[in-house]
Amino acid sequence: MVPGDLRYTKDHEWVRVEGDTATIGVTDFAAGQLGDVVFVDLPAAGKTVEQFATFGVVESVKAVSDLYAPVSGEVVEVNSELAGNPELVNSDPFGAGWMIKVRLGDAGQVDGLLDPAGYEQLTAEG
Amino acid sequence: MTEAVEPTEEALPEQLHETALVDIHRGLGARLIEFGGWLMPVQYAGILEEHRAVRERAGLFDLSHMGELVVEGDDAGDALAAALVTDPRTLAVGRAQYSMIVAPDGGVIDDLIVYRLGPERFLVVANAGNAAVVSDELAARLSGWRAVLDDQSLATSLVAIQGPRSAEVLAPLTDVDLTALRYYAIAEGNVAGVPAHVARTGYTGEDGFEIFVDWARGPEVWEALLAAGREAGVAPVGLGARDTLRLEAGMPLYGNELDRQTNPFDAGLGRVVKLEKQGDFVGREALARVAKDGPAKRLVGLRITGRGIARHGYPVLDDGEPTGVVTSGTHSPTLGVPIAMAYVAPDVGEPGTILAVEVREQPVSAEVVPLPFYKRDPSTR
Repeated sequence: MVPGDLRYTKDHEWVRVEGDTATIGVTDFAAGQLGDVVFVDLPAAGKTVEQFATFGVVESVKAVSDLYAPVSGEVVEVNSELAGNPELVNSDPFGAGWMIKVRLGDAGQVDGLLDPAGYEQLTAEG
Repeated sequence: MTEAVEPTEEALPEQLHETALVDIHRGLGARLIEFGGWLMPVQYAGILEEHRAVRERAGLFDLSHMGELVVEGDDAGDALAAALVTDPRTLAVGRAQYSMIVAPDGGVIDDLIVYRLGPERFLVVANAGNAAVVSDELAARLSGWRAVLDDQSLATSLVAIQGPRSAEVLAPLTDVDLTALRYYAIAEGNVAGVPAHVARTGYTGEDGFEIFVDWARGPEVWEALLAAGREAGVAPVGLGARDTLRLEAGMPLYGNELDRQTNPFDAGLGRVVKLEKQGDFVGREALARVAKDGPAKRLVGLRITGRGIARHGYPVLDDGEPTGVVTSGTHSPTLGVPIAMAYVAPDVGEPGTILAVEVREQPVSAEVVPLPFYKRDPSTR
């Protein structure tokens, strides 16, 4: 079961909207597919990200994967813990493994994302 | 997030070879991928955990995808000496050597281990993806000699146990005297009641053994080793950790460090080539020229000091200008930093040289370091 208060992309990112702040990370399904995460490359605060465009990279021992932004906005905070402890993406993907917080430009973008049931259906189909 | 590196099992093409152990891997929860035409486990519990198991305890590998070619006949030694860059005639019975088969231009067709099983009986082990090519090429090179090649690849299961506790786990299961079995030696005996060739060879930088048995009996040997090793913490290990282990140990992987466009001297393996051996061999003229003039590129170790992980195919820069390419790169589980092997221009290959790797269009600082990155503590032998 994925958290019910989040919205999801078909590329396995999640977003939590609180006021005009959107917190972004990857799902437990994504973390499991990646394997042991050893490096996360994220944009600095002040940069802007565009919905469905790449905003960073997550690397496991074996694979390199692009990260896609669920929503557009200016980066207001970056999870600096991940620089030293990238394994948080595996151990707590919906919590301490969050990646960036952005100031949400267009709240309407969230409506186009998958709800928890829709996302679970996606991963169940593989 | 999209992931493009590993195909899922469902998306695999048809007609992949499966080892006799494939159902055991599935039962252990392995993720299976295509490798060299085979459906193989890439990981079980996770690459980092499996890597650590091999460095600290021991790991169990299914290597049944490797090619096993038996060459025998009155001229077997002479024929192999003419076909390969090494001189297998110098091997004592029961010993092994690292070797290569090259094209007439010196380009590497495959790297091999040659075991001398008897006076005129040799076992040549080739990489899975090259096994058919090597089998055909070697058979062609044997023509005219009193020697025949018997391709046993699909009749052989190969199970390896690698890591500091390998010997203590294997010893109670075998009548082979492991204390007398030296590094790069092979002996015949039984393992868990199964007739086997037991070799003290591997691809991890640790002590360990490779066990060749009849195809159908691979599962018995695997299960016996896993059960016997439970107390010692033996873990099944997939191709993912096999790759990080060999990279830390500075060992080349065919398709990355070695290919048809690369000769043994480029790869820093000129010592393997026996130019002075008796009789001609395929590639001699080309390799003698490289030995005299020096190779055009140099294989180096890189320790990434900037932020990023170098990967296969990334450009290597010297003062902003291209000087080579990364052949293998990962985050080193043992050292905790990104490491890579790369081909660079010979004049920037000295340890201590500061270069850069282009990671997603950004230069990331890297230092040339001696290979291997990791060497086991000799007191563990």
